[in-house]
Amino acid sequence: MNKVPNNKAWWLVLPVFLLVAFSAVIPMMTVVNYSVQDIFDQSSRYFVGADWYRQVLQDPRLHDSLLRQFVYSGCVLLIEIPLGIAIALTMPGKGRWASLCLIVMAIPLLIPWNVVGTIWQIFGRADIGLLGASLNELGINYNYAANTRDAWVTVLVMDVWHWTSLVALLCYSGLRAIPDVYYQAARIDRASAWAVFRHIQLPKMKNVLLIAVMLRFMDSFMIYTEPFVLTGGGPGNATTFLSQTLTQMAVGQFDLGPAAAFSLVYFLIILLVSWLFYTAMTHADKD
Amino acid sequence: MAEIRLQHLAHSYTRNPGSVDDYALRELEHVWAQGGAYALLGPSGCGKSTLLNIISGLLSPSHGQVLFDGKVVNELSPQARNIAQVFQFPVVYDTMSVFDNLAFPLRNQGLDEARVRSKVAEIAEVLDLGATLNKKARNLSADEKQKVSMGRGLVRDDVSAILFDEPLTVIDPHLKWKLRRKLKQIHEQFNITMIYVTHDQLEASTFADKIAVMYAGQIVQFGTPRELFERPRHTFVGYFIGSPGMNLIDVQAQPGGVGFAGVHLPLPEVVQAYLASTPATRLQVGIRPEFVQLREAPFDDAHQARVVDVEDLGTYRILTLALDGVALKVRLGEDRVIPQGQAWISFPAQWLMLYADDVLVEAGP
Repeated sequence: MNKVPNNKAWWLVLPVFLLVAFSAVIPMMTVVNYSVQDIFDQSSRYFVGADWYRQVLQDPRLHDSLLRQFVYSGCVLLIEIPLGIAIALTMPGKGRWASLCLIVMAIPLLIPWNVVGTIWQIFGRADIGLLGASLNELGINYNYAANTRDAWVTVLVMDVWHWTSLVALLCYSGLRAIPDVYYQAARIDRASAWAVFRHIQLPKMKNVLLIAVMLRFMDSFMIYTEPFVLTGGGPGNATTFLSQTLTQMAVGQFDLGPAAAFSLVYFLIILLVSWLFYTAMTHADKD
Repeated sequence: MAEIRLQHLAHSYTRNPGSVDDYALRELEHVWAQGGAYALLGPSGCGKSTLLNIISGLLSPSHGQVLFDGKVVNELSPQARNIAQVFQFPVVYDTMSVFDNLAFPLRNQGLDEARVRSKVAEIAEVLDLGATLNKKARNLSADEKQKVSMGRGLVRDDVSAILFDEPLTVIDPHLKWKLRRKLKQIHEQFNITMIYVTHDQLEASTFADKIAVMYAGQIVQFGTPRELFERPRHTFVGYFIGSPGMNLIDVQAQPGGVGFAGVHLPLPEVVQAYLASTPATRLQVGIRPEFVQLREAPFDDAHQARVVDVEDLGTYRILTLALDGVALKVRLGEDRVIPQGQAWISFPAQWLMLYADDVLVEAGP
């Protein structure tokens, strides 16, 4: 067969190219632009090379936030993924109860971020909040505004409350897609409940779990609104995560150069970790 | 190893079955003897899979009992019944290797690893899976997966019975034939009761010693392939088995026999007496296309018929004839001369079956 080279086909790529350019590349380039210059006003700008990068990579405040951020995302994944799977496994497969469960599960997902923060801010208040006041009544000294441990627990519980449903719903859809015959075969083969989970349910949920892990990692790593509303990053800097540090730097101190440099580093970290998760999970059991 | 007896067995998927139509299985009695190779043959939706799942214990019957060696097992799980079952579509444990897949049922039984290894090697050899043992099961082709699926059923040799639910549906034709042979070999080697569900008469008759034909939730006949062919006990068996199926002609009772369209067929007196007393409303005679006698010229008690159509199927031909407006099929070998336009046919009494409301009227004592 003779292949006729026809380079006109490249024009077909143009719409995608334009779309990606306007939605991602051009906005990012403005950030790149700031990250390598020191800009005072329109007429006075100085090229500073990698200075801002060097500065942010050595900034102890960012190191602390980054560490907190990893601990936070790690906790979120460690709690929400197993809990989501467990909830999906216990949800009824069909009938009226299944619909009811699905609706109840979906409710937290429909609440805007800042509202979630506000809900928990009031719910957890030691003086008037149902949760906070009740705990104190029970003799448990709880105050998220003053105690680091309480602040962390509250921020984590809030995220678990808000997002575990997403993991559970994704897993539920994965479970429902398993044909009955797999369970029948497992019964014939005398598989234990654990073996059914390990060798049928988990492998069949793998694709949705991959999505769940990626989404939960990216979202929790970029979390801003809820802790900002709930604790304002406190007590002290105890719950100041990366995006809040970044906002303080960019908007609070107006250090646009370092903020831009740090934005790009932040982006690369998320990209790298997501890629690691993806690779690890898709290549886990090749031949 | 067990004899499987079904007593007053019936099943309905609806909670409060009213009419017969609510039953997927109508009341039936049946015995599968220990060590037999059986086929359960019938069209889609006749209740074959329901019956199979009831035997294996995946489904609990709504009426009647399942007995293994005289013991009621209705309440027992498939594990407790020690049944192996192979399903229509391949079920493999994706993350395990082929070896682990085959070893899975044995390990669940708590067999020691050395025994497991030798059993798996044996079954892998029989099914030609030796080369793939270390591969992940997910990376196999559809027919290899189905072989793994079958292997998991065959690997346990202490089972009461192995049930196959149309296991060769996804398999290539040339492999189908090989695998059927393998199953037969395994059956002879281990002497395990095997029940094989299929809608393919060829598959059923090559695999099984005895075939149970199912129709509308009932076993309408249970017999050897030859019995099913020569003496169908139900019009459905006549129609379903054979290629083409039996000629079935509506007839009226006449003095001394039955008749249709100017043809009179005499009957023995016992049968005449039976016909006089039966409340049956529909009478049919059936004759296999293979057994209709056909010549190009008139003979003894032959009837003249018009040749409507000739179909050449290579090794044989199928003639469609019209006898006073009644259509008849006749099967002729390739060496026979095809009559042009007209033919004379007769119906040998020994191959002529009489059906009253679809059920064979037995002339015997």
